[in-house]
Amino acid sequence: MSDPKALYQEVILDHNRKPRNYGALADASHHAEGHNPLCGDHITMALRLDGDKVGAIAFEGESCAICKASASMLTTNVKGKSRDEAEVLIQEFRDMATGKLDVASEPHHLGRLTVFGGVRDLPTRVKCAILPWHTLHAALNSAGSTSTESEQDPMHAPIGDA
Amino acid sequence: MKSASAKRTVGAAFDVQRVRADFPILDIKVGGKPLVYLDNAASSQMPQPVIDRLVRYQREQHANIHRGVHYLSETATAEFEAARSKLARFVNAREEREVIFTSGTTEAINLVAHGYGRKFIATGDEIILTTLEHHSNIVPWQMLAEEKGAKIRVVPVNDAGELLVDEYEKLFNEHTRFVGLSHMSNALGTINPVKSMIAFAHARGVPVLLDGAQAAPHIAIDVQDLDCDFYAFSGHKLCGPTGIGMLYGKAAQLERMQPFKGGGDMILSVTFEKTTYNTIPHKFEAGTPPIAAAIGLGAAIDYLSNIGLETIAAHELELLDYATSEVNKLPGVRILGTAEHKAAVLSFIVEGVHPHDVGTLLNQDGIAVRTGHHCAQPVMRRFKVPATSRASFAFYNTMAEVDALVAGIRNVQKVFA
Repeated sequence: MSDPKALYQEVILDHNRKPRNYGALADASHHAEGHNPLCGDHITMALRLDGDKVGAIAFEGESCAICKASASMLTTNVKGKSRDEAEVLIQEFRDMATGKLDVASEPHHLGRLTVFGGVRDLPTRVKCAILPWHTLHAALNSAGSTSTESEQDPMHAPIGDA
Repeated sequence: MKSASAKRTVGAAFDVQRVRADFPILDIKVGGKPLVYLDNAASSQMPQPVIDRLVRYQREQHANIHRGVHYLSETATAEFEAARSKLARFVNAREEREVIFTSGTTEAINLVAHGYGRKFIATGDEIILTTLEHHSNIVPWQMLAEEKGAKIRVVPVNDAGELLVDEYEKLFNEHTRFVGLSHMSNALGTINPVKSMIAFAHARGVPVLLDGAQAAPHIAIDVQDLDCDFYAFSGHKLCGPTGIGMLYGKAAQLERMQPFKGGGDMILSVTFEKTTYNTIPHKFEAGTPPIAAAIGLGAAIDYLSNIGLETIAAHELELLDYATSEVNKLPGVRILGTAEHKAAVLSFIVEGVHPHDVGTLLNQDGIAVRTGHHCAQPVMRRFKVPATSRASFAFYNTMAEVDALVAGIRNVQKVFA
């Protein structure tokens, strides 16, 4: 088990403080909204495809630090990538967050995004990290909106409340 | 109560360290740090005498109840019914048959919405609830209202999180048929002026249900003095097991209600032409109940009664006052819920930090708090926050644990500085 303290590493705190590519994107060709009703996280992801490549990407919204930093780092990692490359990152990020991909021993393309690996030990926070990636997936496929509580969501699982 | 461990606090000054020794779980470490358990409003911990009672029942007394003529069935039935009478005394019910075992507060409220509401509430009728309700005292009534074409009216709160009683009184009209009211708010800790609110409703012939899930662990309950028609709470917030709770109902109300679930134990006779229902409380207890849990809850009531609800409340109030004054000293931290009458709950916002980040960081210090909307989204909306962090105290918490919480919040602010 990795030290969950590693979750709030400086890189994550920095992206939370100064999120990159934050704001609206005037000439977006694709966009989607993501919502986690359990904690109220809400983000929108907008991007412009230039041919097959992500030419520009931006996000905005209200969320916890994990979600915001994940979204910020998503934008810097996905910019310039092809759709297929982006989908690979989405899948790998999901697999890392849910413990299906061991980034220490298996090949991947996540680079610094592995700072989010610690969420797999915090089941209630997995959704926070993953929401921007779900939203990007929805945007690329023009699904319009996504929710961590949608039935199709592979992460769909009830979280207890009192 | 046979436990020596609980008895030794009787008559003596409250000794929190002695009480803590009864709770094995309080000794665990979380990530190498001592556990600081401040999520008691969600569920409290179980003392050794209750654990022992569950084990003894399972090892020596288990059989199905109200059925067999054999030794074990009679023993289990007697113990189960003994737990009912403990609960009846705990809330000062007139009669034991006014106590219905349910799986918890949620089922108790659903029982009333179905058993009373579906029979006596009709199109155009109105049900009064408050902004402070937990979802479990909102959704069953909404389901009923939708089915019947009835209307929900909501009592607002002021900025301190106190019900506006004037507004409550204005909501009454000739269509008002029922009031559902939390005795104590789970999200803010507000203790509502329920006695006078009940009297007001009764003067207009309207029955009142009190959701006591939060109040029961902190306030001595006297249903005769309150004069409520129904009172619901859960065992697991009272140092008892999960899966058990109770509904108190005035006998006259329970008798005129329809059954909730059909099945065994709730009938006197069954033919395919007609079934005759059992008398109360059995009319509302279809199927085999969680017998061990009910007996465990009886043991938990014994444990708490031995310490004394007044002693418990006094210690918890000290914790709350101390925590409130220490947290108020932290710049950038705002307390939600500043009612004059409140208990054991400290909801707070650390400016610029989402409550889930607060909760995760506190957890890294071994501190368990609740973060989120607390199943009280109307409260969150009223105060325009998506969520809060909530520390909630039990009688086994210490001033040192409050200090740990305050240090933990400072650390959160440092990390996010």
